[in-house]
Amino acid sequence: MVGESGLGMCAHSSLAGGVLVIGIGNEYARDDAAGLLVARKLKAQAGGAVAVLEHSGEGASLLEAWKGVSSVVVIDAVRSGAAPGQGLRFDATAAALPAESFRGSTHAFGLCEAVELARCLNQLPRTLIVYGIEGRTFASGVGVSPEVNEAIRSVADAVLEEVAGLGV
Amino acid sequence: MKTRTVKVDYLARVEGEGGLYIKIQDGRVADVKLKIFEPPRFFEAFLRGRDFREAPDITARICGICPVAYQMSAVHAMEYALGVKVEGQLRALRRLLYCGEWIESHTLHVYMLHAPDFLGYADAIQMAKDHPEAVQRGLQLKKAGNEIVNLLGGREIHPINVRVGGFYKAPSKRDFDPLAERLRWARDAALETVRWVSTFPFPDFQPEYLFVALRHPNEYPFNEGRIVSNQSLDIEVERYEQHFTEEHVEHSNALHSVLKGAGPYFVGPLARYNLNFGRLPAFIRQTAHEAGLGPACRNPFQSIIVRSLEILYACEEALRIIAEYEEPEKPAIDMEVRAGEGCACTEAPRGALYHRYRIDEQGTILDARIVPPTSQNQKAIEQDLWQYVPQHIDLSNEELQWQCEQAVRNYDPCISCATHYLKLTVDRV
Repeated sequence: MVGESGLGMCAHSSLAGGVLVIGIGNEYARDDAAGLLVARKLKAQAGGAVAVLEHSGEGASLLEAWKGVSSVVVIDAVRSGAAPGQGLRFDATAAALPAESFRGSTHAFGLCEAVELARCLNQLPRTLIVYGIEGRTFASGVGVSPEVNEAIRSVADAVLEEVAGLGV
Repeated sequence: MKTRTVKVDYLARVEGEGGLYIKIQDGRVADVKLKIFEPPRFFEAFLRGRDFREAPDITARICGICPVAYQMSAVHAMEYALGVKVEGQLRALRRLLYCGEWIESHTLHVYMLHAPDFLGYADAIQMAKDHPEAVQRGLQLKKAGNEIVNLLGGREIHPINVRVGGFYKAPSKRDFDPLAERLRWARDAALETVRWVSTFPFPDFQPEYLFVALRHPNEYPFNEGRIVSNQSLDIEVERYEQHFTEEHVEHSNALHSVLKGAGPYFVGPLARYNLNFGRLPAFIRQTAHEAGLGPACRNPFQSIIVRSLEILYACEEALRIIAEYEEPEKPAIDMEVRAGEGCACTEAPRGALYHRYRIDEQGTILDARIVPPTSQNQKAIEQDLWQYVPQHIDLSNEELQWQCEQAVRNYDPCISCATHYLKLTVDRV
């Protein structure tokens, strides 16, 4: 709502040196909602202790979202050919993300492009970990498949552990 | 018989999923198909049975790049059905929100998706290695648009503050202070953008187009106006369906739209510019002149200049609205629910977006129709390639593919919207 600019991208300037968790997805494209659902679960579990952002995955605003933040954990749905519900972990600081797996989003400039542009412009967080959750269906509609629903809990736990390890 | 095929299975740097297939037989173009295979989204069916108040938020989910356009067409159509009209500062705030979306969407396309084509880079990341300052400028300029949508819409993507009748909460005049400062920077950056893109190499390609856009008596159009063309069309929005029709083609999941009796037409920045040049402020008309454009521009490759001029306009218009803003007494007007039918057309970044709804006396949606800009432009895109390819038939397959993809991106197609999508194939037999 108006005035709550914190809901958008301006909230994390105070996070310099901190950790930001970004859940990416579209809740009207079935399993593509996985990242958003992990973000919501983390908000509920961790209260205000962890900065959590829900995001559409549009790349240019992702660059803004993590600007000045030292450690970022991103969760997004993937289509890598793995079994639905399987959780995958990538260290995007060390290597480019496998772009073909992150086609769940229809954005022309999405997460993978944002990571590589940030690397090129020296705007990559010191640590950038990406969790992928293999989706079964990305068709229009609401509600994730049972395997993805199951994975949301385990990935949320893994992210919390990751965040703890990053010093929160 | 000799056949060449230019085939792009998965078109990059367009929103959504689609492909392009071009078949060249004995040195002549034999087939052009813009393929849209992202599954249709069934949003129109999804809307039936929902409350009329939900239409702006549900339709906003059709597109992550132009949600404001969906919200604007939805609220205006519902207000038409309910017999109310939003005026004054609330109307101005809606124009301001649209300015934010034009800045966001156009800047993304100009810098991240289209500029690499002209400068010979595979993508914005490769371009950023040689042109980091330009890419940084683009990112900051886009941010200015994000900030408008954030302030007024409640968040940058899928704004939540828009409602039938106005807004849930109207900002105070003071809320705009930091935004005005950023927009003054953005106006300079937009001017810089126009100058930068005007130096790009443009192929000599000027087809005869049937341009269609809104025209308002004295404003460059966002939310309101008559639907006009550069030929004889000049109609009220409620007559849209009498003049335009959609047809299914086998190779696309998106319906193709045509103007009855005339055929394919062109919506979007180039159409708006050609039909509304006189509505641009004098300094923007002068900037266009300095960028090498006259009052008419038929070269679709120069749409990148027009898009940049529209970013400049959106910054200027946003600053004007903010300077004249007075907080309204109420954030939304009152209305009584009644059975009715209403339609509206607003100018999404990619062109005219038409919505029509029928609601019952409880305000339940009985019927919905949504015609997005990209589905209207599909035939114009194919028609461009039918004309462009023969002029460049001697190019290697690789070069021809590059230029064909660039020609498709002239339209900034949003496949996600159109199915409510791109891959390229050039076949040389």
